Amino acid sequence: MSALDEKARAALNKKALYGPDIDLDRFSSKSSPHEYDPELSHFSDGEKKHMAEVGILASRDERAGSFVLKDHSPIHCSMGQEGVELLTMRDALRKYNGLPDYWWKAVDVDADKYTAQASAAFHDGFFIRVMAGTKSLHPVQTCLYISDEGIAQNIHNMVIAEEGSELHIITGCTTAPHLKKGLHVGVSEFYIKKGAVVTSTMLHNWGEEIIVRPRTTVWVEEGATFMSNYVCMKMVKSVQMYPSVRLMGKNSIARLNTILVAPKGADLDIGGRVSLEATGARAEIISRTITTGGNITARGLLIGQVPDVKAHLECSGLILSEEGRIRAIPEIDGRVAGVEMSHEAAVGKISQDEIEYLMSRGLSEEEATALIVRGFLNVKMEGLPRELQDKIERVINDTGKSLF
Amino acid sequence: MLLSIHNLTVEIAGKEVLHEVNLSIDHGETHVLFGKNGSGKTTLLMAIMGFSGCRVTKGEILFKDTDITYLPISERARMGIGMSFQRPPTIRGVKVHDLIRTFNNNGDATIEQIVSSLNFAEFMERDINLGFSGGEIKKSELLQLIVQNPELILLDEPESGVDLENIKVIGKVIKKLLQKNLRRQRVKAGLVITHTGLILNYLEADKGHLMLNGMIICEGNPREMFETIQNSGYEECIRCQR
Repeated sequence: MSALDEKARAALNKKALYGPDIDLDRFSSKSSPHEYDPELSHFSDGEKKHMAEVGILASRDERAGSFVLKDHSPIHCSMGQEGVELLTMRDALRKYNGLPDYWWKAVDVDADKYTAQASAAFHDGFFIRVMAGTKSLHPVQTCLYISDEGIAQNIHNMVIAEEGSELHIITGCTTAPHLKKGLHVGVSEFYIKKGAVVTSTMLHNWGEEIIVRPRTTVWVEEGATFMSNYVCMKMVKSVQMYPSVRLMGKNSIARLNTILVAPKGADLDIGGRVSLEATGARAEIISRTITTGGNITARGLLIGQVPDVKAHLECSGLILSEEGRIRAIPEIDGRVAGVEMSHEAAVGKISQDEIEYLMSRGLSEEEATALIVRGFLNVKMEGLPRELQDKIERVINDTGKSLF
Repeated sequence: MLLSIHNLTVEIAGKEVLHEVNLSIDHGETHVLFGKNGSGKTTLLMAIMGFSGCRVTKGEILFKDTDITYLPISERARMGIGMSFQRPPTIRGVKVHDLIRTFNNNGDATIEQIVSSLNFAEFMERDINLGFSGGEIKKSELLQLIVQNPELILLDEPESGVDLENIKVIGKVIKKLLQKNLRRQRVKAGLVITHTGLILNYLEADKGHLMLNGMIICEGNPREMFETIQNSGYEECIRCQR
């Protein structure tokens, strides 16, 4: 048994620091295999609609690559641009001799029982590598899909952006329309090298009883930029994630945007932490959260490790129902003199003045509220391709309308 | 009569702010409200518009012969009442353009024409009132009113915080909004709060009212009233009333 396996085994019962503890034995680690789908044509219209809602196109046009993992089977993996390599994780491990410099380097395998399970019962995942200087013209789309009732999906993804490259990834996570129970464990390791720019946009659209435990760490080198946009506005039983970004190189940048809506019965414990470890590093964490009856914990942590770094953290929440709870927990940890870090947090209701102002223009109370809510959720996401920005705006608009 | 207010008494946070106010405005007329800060002018406009903070305890407001005293704000707006605010709230994430798009354009000019007449194009993509200067707020308010095209126009200090050059622009727009170019066919009416004579030059107002401590204590020719206030101050009005 390898040292990695041993570490994983020792952590199989280790509870996570945050979020409700999940009994992993309730979920099956086996599922029936699915046939490879070279043209993404095997999906029913209902499934296609579900995928489109999280930004995944059933065509390969306007994509630098497409990857779909259904339950435990990678059913599609195709590349669309030279210099953008997209493989299944298992193929990448074979091709690159186990990826010794990257595999389980950014994320600790024994962080908790979920990382341990992702190693001990690893299914597959995607591997993206953008060659030095290559700029992806279109996004790479990756879809993680659960259709088998009651399974655990244990995924490990990796993104390597070589020096001076540029990559947009859209990851859509969703389930078959009929699915009730399921667990998604997803380890993601990002390595962003000198001067590279990576934006990762993740749209989640899970089901009523789905439990989600992503574990992400991002290493960012000198002059490189990592931007993450996470949107989860539909029903899900429990999501707990606290992705970590390490700004390891001079003048590196991180921007994390999170947009959450928690309906009744949902429990979202979601945050972002950035460790600023080199001079000139800059970070911004913004979350906009709404509860319509569910529980939200919005965390944020900035750690200033060296002088001359700058960072800001913003958590805003709206409670739109009698039930529901939002806890905003912004945290700043300055460890040396010369850091410049700030945060603001606010949880409240929609101001009556704003509603009545819009009503005086002829909007009904519902229309006014919906417009204000859409504005609240509408975070400006710089550097995002128009198509992805439009997609997010559409999701926000549709959700804004359906809330009332 | 387009607007008739009878014995209107209004409370804000349990305190009576307007006391038995009577006011009538007919089609085509522009009225001006004078009065010290805190005399109740804005409250009167907000009560006509129907803001929840202004609780009517007595009296009634009739608009086009319909009792609107307890109607929701949006219904009053749809019936043809529109208001330009002195200090409108900021609405983050909602662009001026997003709001305008929700209106039915009832006027005869396209939105592009209105935007260009106000020289407001670059603000259409900005969040509503976020970081707007005094003049920009007024332009944004007037832009919304023009598209909304109400019959009764309530203007709360449309010239405050506006530089001289922009007062011209705003004055001309208000003149058009109130159909001052029309004589016989003019239907639109206005009720305007002002502290300066600058905007009076554009309003061609028909009647002035002076508010003091929540009551209308004097009515008359708006120009004459303004001159008196300018020369002798509100103290003269108080003396005159005695």
